[in-house]
Amino acid sequence: MSAALKLPDADADRHTASLLHLVTCGSVDDGKSTLLGRLLFDSHAVLDDQLTALDRDSKRFGTQGEARDFALLVDGLSAEREQGITIDVAYRYFSTPNRSFILADAPGHEQYTRNMATGASKADLAIILIDARKGVLPQTRRHSYIVSMLGVRHVVLAVNKMDLIGFAPDVYRRIVADYRDAASSLGFGSVVAIPICAREGDNIVTHSDRTPWYEGPALLEHLETVSIEPPEDATKGFRFPVQYVNRPTLDFRGYAGTVANGVIYAHQPVIALPGGQRSRIDRIVTADGDIATAVAGQAVTLTLTDEIDISRGDVIVPADDPLAAGTEVTARLLWMAEAPHSPGQSLQIKLGTATANARVAGVRHAIDIHSFQPRPAATLAMNEIGVARIVFDRPLVTADYATDRELGALVLVDRMTNQTVALGVVESAPPRLRLDETQIHVRPDKVHRVIGYAGSTKRAVFLQRMMGRLLRGLVLFGIVVWLSGNWTLASVVGLADVVLGPLLNSAVASAWRHWRHARSHTELLGAGH
Amino acid sequence: MSGLSRLQRLEAESIHIFREVVATSENPVMLWSIGKDSCVLLHLALKAFYPAPLPFPLLHVDTTWKFRAMIEFRDRRAKELGVHLIVHTNEDGLRAGVNPFASGSRLHTDVMKTQALKQALDKNKFDAAFGGARRDEEKSRAKERVFSLRSAEHRWDPKNQRPEPWHLYNTNKRPGESFRIFPLSNWTEADVWEYVEQESIPVVPLYFAAPRPVVERDGMLIMRDDDRMALRPGESVEMRMIRFRTLGCYPLTGASESDATTLPQIIAEMRDSRTSERQGRAIDHDGAGSMEQKKQEGYF
Repeated sequence: MSAALKLPDADADRHTASLLHLVTCGSVDDGKSTLLGRLLFDSHAVLDDQLTALDRDSKRFGTQGEARDFALLVDGLSAEREQGITIDVAYRYFSTPNRSFILADAPGHEQYTRNMATGASKADLAIILIDARKGVLPQTRRHSYIVSMLGVRHVVLAVNKMDLIGFAPDVYRRIVADYRDAASSLGFGSVVAIPICAREGDNIVTHSDRTPWYEGPALLEHLETVSIEPPEDATKGFRFPVQYVNRPTLDFRGYAGTVANGVIYAHQPVIALPGGQRSRIDRIVTADGDIATAVAGQAVTLTLTDEIDISRGDVIVPADDPLAAGTEVTARLLWMAEAPHSPGQSLQIKLGTATANARVAGVRHAIDIHSFQPRPAATLAMNEIGVARIVFDRPLVTADYATDRELGALVLVDRMTNQTVALGVVESAPPRLRLDETQIHVRPDKVHRVIGYAGSTKRAVFLQRMMGRLLRGLVLFGIVVWLSGNWTLASVVGLADVVLGPLLNSAVASAWRHWRHARSHTELLGAGH
Repeated sequence: MSGLSRLQRLEAESIHIFREVVATSENPVMLWSIGKDSCVLLHLALKAFYPAPLPFPLLHVDTTWKFRAMIEFRDRRAKELGVHLIVHTNEDGLRAGVNPFASGSRLHTDVMKTQALKQALDKNKFDAAFGGARRDEEKSRAKERVFSLRSAEHRWDPKNQRPEPWHLYNTNKRPGESFRIFPLSNWTEADVWEYVEQESIPVVPLYFAAPRPVVERDGMLIMRDDDRMALRPGESVEMRMIRFRTLGCYPLTGASESDATTLPQIIAEMRDSRTSERQGRAIDHDGAGSMEQKKQEGYF
């Protein structure tokens, strides 16, 4: 049983556990860059020549007197060094024997919220910093909200500068209680609080003597061992946004892309959305040879058994688990441009691999970042979050962000300035529209699957076939009457010809499908060993 | 993301970036510096478009001061792989006599690398150029996007970078603007070497230790690759067992003494090392923020 879950890599568990994406967020001056510098230093990711440069820079720009200013290890831009703040998100890489970390160091200042959101979009875990002297600030709430909106499930609350409050446990406990209260509605999977002093290294790598009352793990210890449950259910139907059509010769037409969700099996029946063309996977092509299955995150090239018209932006999905496409979504947006949204603004939406012209058709409400409650708003200004309806000029395949991190994530680009003006997460994909209204494929009910929708090719073919079949039944009826003169017998024979044929066909097709499916499944399990 | 190893995830992300560029740009090119990162980049590009041939040419900016072994490797690999290779040299700079000894590292790099690169991009009207830079190399690189927008004058504006959430890259640009794209952004030096080993990617032999003629100058071990390097009084050439962690112009690239002659030995040496790979690059030590400044001016 477990063999099926270990596809396709026997070492999957060990490797998956070994890479953690982190984002750090905090307010201005609460020591975030110092904490990161300290983490890098203590995990021996800082090398001798970098340390020499750090000591030189500390004397020139440092805010710690003659002592090493660890913040200068990460604040790489000149403007940042001069102003002593972090402006842009920086990515840092370090590893311990147990885990590798990709860490997005996000700025705290409200002006740079968009950079913080960018860092959070890929994170598994967020470290939220609090200055022990200041407690929970409006920025702490704002960062927590954004982190939660972008689907980060795990939080470390690092209460920093404990030395400045004399490592007082009651202050720490009050801050933690305040935070738990503030974050209670954000639905985090876990919130782990740790009292630290980044500058002097307390509770960063090892437990500090100065917090004997604290019994939890040190920060690095926690990061190394925290378990991040896989965000998706591998049994869910796959989603394959087509990124690039690879057509080097007349004989090869491949659809290149990255599997967004689920598992693709060779020979599986599929449907291309939003067009609704059906086919079957022929090959799953990679430079290392064809493979039998492809999993989420893998970049592959698919070929299909039929020549159908698919282009960049289309989504290939299992025939038995399609999605609806539509020309609008309701999304939670973070507005990132300096100019607030204006009603007539001409935008482009980028979602999956698709691009369409779009506009914000109406802001439903903005979010009050202090209470997390909706408040009325007509537009969104920079760094504001709100729920809005977005309409596009052609159907796109979308899904709720809660269930699909790929087809539920979007950015909006201003068509005049080419600036990325907003990022958003889909809250409700479109209602299932009627096909005859929109030409968009929806999963048909049983009757329509057989007879097709009014005006469709399928319906025409169905009618034509029915006519032929009725005519044949009538001819048969005539022949039997002519031969036997028995009207009852003739009726039975004619009717049987009309009805039994299709039923038998469908029964045979169904049996064949089941047999093929069972066979390919067996092959798959065989390949896994 | 389920079931993929760390290197598989990095590989898939890079392939995704390659395809995104080719799907959205008109005339892409790949900068090929012939170093280990470039070789990994080329390997990933070939994988991304398999079974099609590489849908863009390679560009090598030749300062005429690269190691001879690099040029031999370049020509041999281009032939083996059947890729289209463009070699560009700044002839104006050559005529003006710019060289790393007389002009100093800063002017040489600006004229023969940065200006030369801009010439080549303008001449061929490339609107997207892949490079092998990694964010872990240098602090200002740590803040660069995967898709880095450059003005018509090739300038980078670090304060006005586009947010890049998820894998959603804003590939829009105005006429004249271009992108520098870094598919290896999230790779570390260790990842690169482990991948070279896993995929058996050929790299220039200079990465492996061998007895080579070196001169000790300004605290660096410089390999005397040809007799254009005049000896200063008191200097002498001696054979030492050396290798290189990065490759550039030979007079500006410091060697390190090493006995690592195999990939596993190189990887072991890197793990034990207490210095960063760019330590041997003279051009990085022109002052704090010097890489940021070079990048703003159009350096890769």
